[in-house]
Amino acid sequence: MTEVTIIGGGVAGMCVARVLSDRGASVRVIERGAGVGAHMCSWWAGGMLAPYCEGESAEEPVVRLGQEAAGWWDAATGAVTREGSLVISAARDQSDLKRFARRTNNFTDVSGKEIDALEPDLGGRFSKGLFFKDEAHLAPRTALAALREGLCADGVSFEQREADPKTEAAKGLTVDCRGFAAHDALKDLRGVKGEMLVLRCPDVTLTRPIRLLHPRIPLYVVPRGDGVFMLGATMIESSGSAFVTARSLLELLSAAYALNPAFGEAEVLEIGVDSRPAFPDNLPRIRRDGNLIRANGLFRHGFLLAPAVARMVGELIFDGTEPEVMDAVAA
Amino acid sequence: MRSFYGVDLPNGFMLGTAQYPSPAILADAFKRSGAGVATVSLRRESGQDRAGQDFWAMIRDLGVQVLPNTAGCHTVKEAVTTAHMAREVFGTKWIKLEVIGEEDTLQPDVFGLVEAARVLSEDGFQVFPYTTEDLVVADKLLHAGCEVLMPWGAPIGSGLGLNNLFGLRAMRAHFPNVPLVIDAGLGLPSQAAQAMELGFDAVLLNTAVAKAGDPAAMAEAFATAIRAGQLAYDADPMEPRDMAAPSTPVIGKAFLE
Repeated sequence: MTEVTIIGGGVAGMCVARVLSDRGASVRVIERGAGVGAHMCSWWAGGMLAPYCEGESAEEPVVRLGQEAAGWWDAATGAVTREGSLVISAARDQSDLKRFARRTNNFTDVSGKEIDALEPDLGGRFSKGLFFKDEAHLAPRTALAALREGLCADGVSFEQREADPKTEAAKGLTVDCRGFAAHDALKDLRGVKGEMLVLRCPDVTLTRPIRLLHPRIPLYVVPRGDGVFMLGATMIESSGSAFVTARSLLELLSAAYALNPAFGEAEVLEIGVDSRPAFPDNLPRIRRDGNLIRANGLFRHGFLLAPAVARMVGELIFDGTEPEVMDAVAA
Repeated sequence: MRSFYGVDLPNGFMLGTAQYPSPAILADAFKRSGAGVATVSLRRESGQDRAGQDFWAMIRDLGVQVLPNTAGCHTVKEAVTTAHMAREVFGTKWIKLEVIGEEDTLQPDVFGLVEAARVLSEDGFQVFPYTTEDLVVADKLLHAGCEVLMPWGAPIGSGLGLNNLFGLRAMRAHFPNVPLVIDAGLGLPSQAAQAMELGFDAVLLNTAVAKAGDPAAMAEAFATAIRAGQLAYDADPMEPRDMAAPSTPVIGKAFLE
């Protein structure tokens, strides 16, 4: 039986564990923190499975590979909501909506009336939008917990300790899925800071993720159910992940207020910040050096691309297929 | 080509580094632009721990002159502090000075701008002030120690082009020996060509390239237009006139019909 050690228990590590376990490997995951929690970058994710929307700024592989995500997460966790996503802008920012439409596909134009039918609580404030009906979303923390539970049930073991990938690789096949923590070994990996908020606002009901386009402050709101919403997320070229700035808070909250003034009465449950691991082209990479495989650079597409990257790690190990995101640079 | 604080640039293209889809695309855009100057914002990527250093290292690796800016600063104090940080991070005396006075149009607070320019010039900075086309403000900036002026074409990120042709022409005529850069508001290469045709020494832009569908191709389009405008200005264009002046003499031409 193939034995594999995975370092990192976040969204990348656990997706790789799921795929390798399904393909018959005996898998051990070594993680820095205890279980699913705030130490993971993926804990703070939006959980949008929106490959078509991401095409606005991401390159082609993100759109294509991201289409695997909704089905994968549904099978692995059952935590997926398939209600599409809605993109809108204020009347004065219609040019941003036009640009978004030019740069994406697989949507339908929706009128103000249709927006109101989809999301009654956006009530008459938006006259044009784009509806991506094939997109989905999930609650990241629920999904991560369900994924972990499934892995434990299938005999995957979890150990909490620091581990050095090279030391582990000397003992056997090892996959490094540490995210930004692998910065010490992957010199071209950088951190892109993201800040988010969790609000409780029982006065607002939304069914699907909403993206509010704005030339300065783009915002997305993802409904978590029970009147809870995740607001995100800034993109700042910085690996400093300790604090959210007052300006980011102001911007996110004022954008939410523009979406629906009822958000002004919301309770702020959480303020989160972390560093997304990214390579210079913001695309994921798999690198291999003998027994050591590194999968990293999921950027803002952790839940969206981890299933495809995990599949490719599986194909590399079991079929010897070179992944399309394989990098010539040695691990 | 005019020099900027004693530095001769390869062309009149200054390109910003914000809002690109990825650093790799940013690097491609710079390669194809041939731009000799990269502007970089320090405010957002900063923090007490200098945590933006991966990104800054990448900017330095572009191998072009770095012009740090004080984007998003609203007060003299903020702008001066940011300028000091920029000098430390990039080891350059150059600073593009922005003191924003109005949130919706992002137009400069010219009073704060003149004050910050004076403080920074006295401290040894070489200031590139983002200003309006107002001649009185321009004069005060020169007195404050600036040796370059950067009037706006239109509000930042608006892509509207040169909004006040009269004002910009007047500025060129009033300050024939001061390097002038059109900063902000350009959306299309033709607008950059127009700026160069007016005799401006350079254009500075960011959004028009970064937010294009193909930023690298747009960077090249701007570079080509800037070169065209520069060549046209140097070639001494004809004066427009109201009456037609045939390029081929018609007197004595045989009537065929």
